[in-house]
Amino acid sequence: MKETLFAFVQAASDWAVPVLFLIIAGVAVLKKVKVYEEFIEGAKEGFNVGIRIIPYVVAILCAIAIFRASGALDATVNALSGVLAPLSIPPEILPMAIVRPLSGSGAMGVLSEGLKTYGPDSLIGNMMSVLMGSTETTFYVLAVYFGSVAVRRTRHTLAACLVGDVTGILAAIYISNWFFS
Amino acid sequence: MQVVWLALIFSGVITAMLTGKMADVTKATIDAAKTSVELCIGLIGIMALWLGFMRLAEKAGLVQGLSRLMKPILRRLFPDVPADHPAMGSMLSNLAANMLGLGNSATALGLKAMQDLKSLSKHTETATNAMATFLAMNSASITLIPATVIAMRASAGSQNATGIIGPTLLATIISMAASIITVKLLEKTKWFKLEEPKE
Repeated sequence: MKETLFAFVQAASDWAVPVLFLIIAGVAVLKKVKVYEEFIEGAKEGFNVGIRIIPYVVAILCAIAIFRASGALDATVNALSGVLAPLSIPPEILPMAIVRPLSGSGAMGVLSEGLKTYGPDSLIGNMMSVLMGSTETTFYVLAVYFGSVAVRRTRHTLAACLVGDVTGILAAIYISNWFFS
Repeated sequence: MQVVWLALIFSGVITAMLTGKMADVTKATIDAAKTSVELCIGLIGIMALWLGFMRLAEKAGLVQGLSRLMKPILRRLFPDVPADHPAMGSMLSNLAANMLGLGNSATALGLKAMQDLKSLSKHTETATNAMATFLAMNSASITLIPATVIAMRASAGSQNATGIIGPTLLATIISMAASIITVKLLEKTKWFKLEEPKE
């Protein structure tokens, strides 16, 4: 049951893009859109967007690199593990929970290390995997998306995203606890 | 964002002074700057591809059709965006791409959505309610298939690499709900209220 469901979702994910291209181009032709010219017209914008986001991507990724390489990230993890101990969050999971919203590649490093150390089918291994899949690299997304439209005052966006992240992290931990043990 | 950025740099550099990792920090920063540009350049092609197809979809009326279908939900989430505006279509496509785990395509469509939302805004440098809601949904997006994680688990020798799909889906639904509720509650509070632009 689980396997068929997974196969189905996997197939949907494989098929989605090519089939979408087919449908879009097909309907456009039927509607007498000048498909080739309009595609080119739209695609032209790609360059501008790619170039426009460079400063924002550099700014956020370099700041995160400094934070990580200096050991400040590890220090934060150590400091927080004491504070969070009463919440019945296993300390092994903390590095993952803290790194995930900051850095995608960092989190991937932590995950592959964790899967090796604790085993992928252990409670911690499962918990880390769920955590990895259930939160985004929020700071990067905010910096790049807002940067691309030159928005500086982001108002309540960061707060809302962080509430979502913390909820996601806690949900991942508690759900795994209940599901895998 | 400014506070976050400064906090990362200050705490990073000061820690490096204490731990003696200054050389590592220099190297990591330069490397990050390089990879950032590679990342953006890599995105150009994908952006162009998606923007091309999205323009076709708009011209063919597909985007408008999709938005009309989702209108009951979208109208509540984005009351300031007209139901047949291209922004609805690009936001929906971004969220769909995210659910399917199509990372770079999702980014391309998301950036397009931000531009469409910007075109509706009278504010030059301030986020609108719609932008905040969209990003809150995006950063907590529901994941149908955490493809990368499954691959990593499989290569680590897991007997049940896909076993995490259900729990991940559940966790992301909960975090998505929390983000949306928070963003909607905060947008009206006095600290975050959107001021009318001065003209």
